[in-house]
Amino acid sequence: MAGGEAARASERARNGWLLSAPALALLLIGASGPLLIVAVYSFLAPGQYGNVVWDFSLDGWFRVFLERDIFDGTVSAADAHLTIFWRSVKLSLMTTLITFVLGLPTAWFIATRPASQRALWLFLITIPFWTNLLIRTFAIMEVIRNEGLVNNLLLWLGVIEAPVQIVFTEAAVLIGMAYVYLPLMVLPLFAAIDRFDMRLIEAGYDLYAARWQVLRRVILPIIRPGIVAGSILVFVPSLGAYVTPRVLGGGRQMMIGNFIELQFGQGRNWPLGAALSMLLLMIVMAALLFYVRTTTKEGGDG
Amino acid sequence: MDENAAVESRDVVKVFGAGESALRALDDVSVVIRRGEFFTLLGPSGCGKTTLLRCIAGFETPSSGTILLNGRDITAEPPNRRPVNTVFQSYALFPHLTVAENIGFGLEMQGKPRAEVGATVEKMLALVKLEAFASRKPQQLSGGQQQRVALARALAPAPEVLLLDEPLSALDLKLRKEMQGELKRLQHETGITFVFVTHDQEEALTMSDRIGVMEDGRLLQVGAPREIYNRPVNRFVADFIGETNFLKGRLAADGIHLASGEWVGAPDQARGGGERGGEVTLAVRPEQVRIEAAGDAGSLAATVTETVYSGTDTHCHMRLADGTEIVARLQSPPSGDVGLAPGAEVGLRFAEGAVQVLGD
Repeated sequence: MAGGEAARASERARNGWLLSAPALALLLIGASGPLLIVAVYSFLAPGQYGNVVWDFSLDGWFRVFLERDIFDGTVSAADAHLTIFWRSVKLSLMTTLITFVLGLPTAWFIATRPASQRALWLFLITIPFWTNLLIRTFAIMEVIRNEGLVNNLLLWLGVIEAPVQIVFTEAAVLIGMAYVYLPLMVLPLFAAIDRFDMRLIEAGYDLYAARWQVLRRVILPIIRPGIVAGSILVFVPSLGAYVTPRVLGGGRQMMIGNFIELQFGQGRNWPLGAALSMLLLMIVMAALLFYVRTTTKEGGDG
Repeated sequence: MDENAAVESRDVVKVFGAGESALRALDDVSVVIRRGEFFTLLGPSGCGKTTLLRCIAGFETPSSGTILLNGRDITAEPPNRRPVNTVFQSYALFPHLTVAENIGFGLEMQGKPRAEVGATVEKMLALVKLEAFASRKPQQLSGGQQQRVALARALAPAPEVLLLDEPLSALDLKLRKEMQGELKRLQHETGITFVFVTHDQEEALTMSDRIGVMEDGRLLQVGAPREIYNRPVNRFVADFIGETNFLKGRLAADGIHLASGEWVGAPDQARGGGERGGEVTLAVRPEQVRIEAAGDAGSLAATVTETVYSGTDTHCHMRLADGTEIVARLQSPPSGDVGLAPGAEVGLRFAEGAVQVLGD
């Protein structure tokens, strides 16, 4: 009976909504709500001592990209902000690249171990997560600072005459981020390589492909979902990184995360901070969209 | 050196592992595979046939010995430099490429111009009758179609030798029969030397020009299917290929006798097969055993123990006076009943020239 069938279907749908209500409520309160507050704040005027004044204003968004000269009122691009954006994107891309170059051989090594050893290697990869990020960052600091491990070793070996300044440079931020996010690259790469049929390598060699052609034409295209997943997992948190650039970059190598914090703190410009946060969110969304598109379009491999 | 040799292996030894656990996968294998022939390496799993194939392909390096391709020593050459292609047991098609891209992969890696690659791919698609599937991904094809793509991919670069590693084992019986014919046709049309690995003796007998039978890393016998079937060199070959009755026998000047004294065949001129007068093993195929009325002159007395009906044939199990089990394969009559009840007394006779004297 068609009528009864339809009624049952609508009842099932209603029950489905009821059952998922707690999760939806949590999502609304935990994710959408705060996001909405940030979005709204970005369109308000800053208060004198932080907080916001409930007047509609595009000033926050305006100041993300442009700045008005306080004396003659002329408008120009906000170079300082753009420098921070560019540095964030650049360092995040470089971090992604470094973790990929280091992570691919690591993941390959683990995936080609006998099954009984793999769990141990994966376990070793996850050990850094046991320690707080701040402590790990200070540990890196201890290694690369002027009187640290690396400089002392190089001095003792006579390679250098004076300590090399690593801390408080972009290189220091890069080293720190690559160290922190490497496991996030290794794990999805491992998952992809683990599923990779090693016999395809022989098929590649058999069909006249040289070693690098086998890598480029056979291995990399097939493990691409893992590469994209790992890159997103590294790129997204790198972009919003706060602790690492703060500690290893000093005040000088500011990234978006630090800049946003500044607006909510000493800057006392919450709308600008909110607008920056929304912008960061948009960049991340764009990256995720890219991921979804690349994995669904030719994702039939996995 | 043999002028007609496409592939030649000389004293090839392959040892896996070391010390006590070392496995001699290939034990001094020397064989000449002739140009343009369909050569099959046949043996049970673990006999070394796939290892020999992988040595020819270049995936394994022999521990010692040499492999020649058209007279050229290729033992040390990497697989991507050998003009030899493989059809893998699991097909190993590239999942990220279409059927056409899979077939063109080898040509592209050889640096062939785009137009030539396209033309050859078209030709190969037509050869394996997959024109309609050129832009599909391998996982959208059936097992038989994937098999044909694997064949086309390996044939596209026009290799000097095509290696096939149990390519039909994953197919069901009907498709396998079809592909056997297809393979023979392809080999005929392309004229390429095929080296085929299988553990299926029937497949080997129907498809091959010549067969090499292997056991425990050793090549026991090389010959045409008829030769292998009718003149097996030893008990293993006789037993592995087809069904066989084994009997103890003795050779005398007037011919072959059973151990119990009955004369069963004329002396084999071609082979001595053991010392005259000494005890030897005799082999007789079940289809060469004739059943007659008991007590016929010159026949062996036997008692029927069981008859097993299997469609076209009926296997009749019998016991000789000395306890030896003999199976005869009879064509099933229209009624399906050969009329031999267990316990019936019959006479046996072996067809002329059917009794083989085995080496060991």
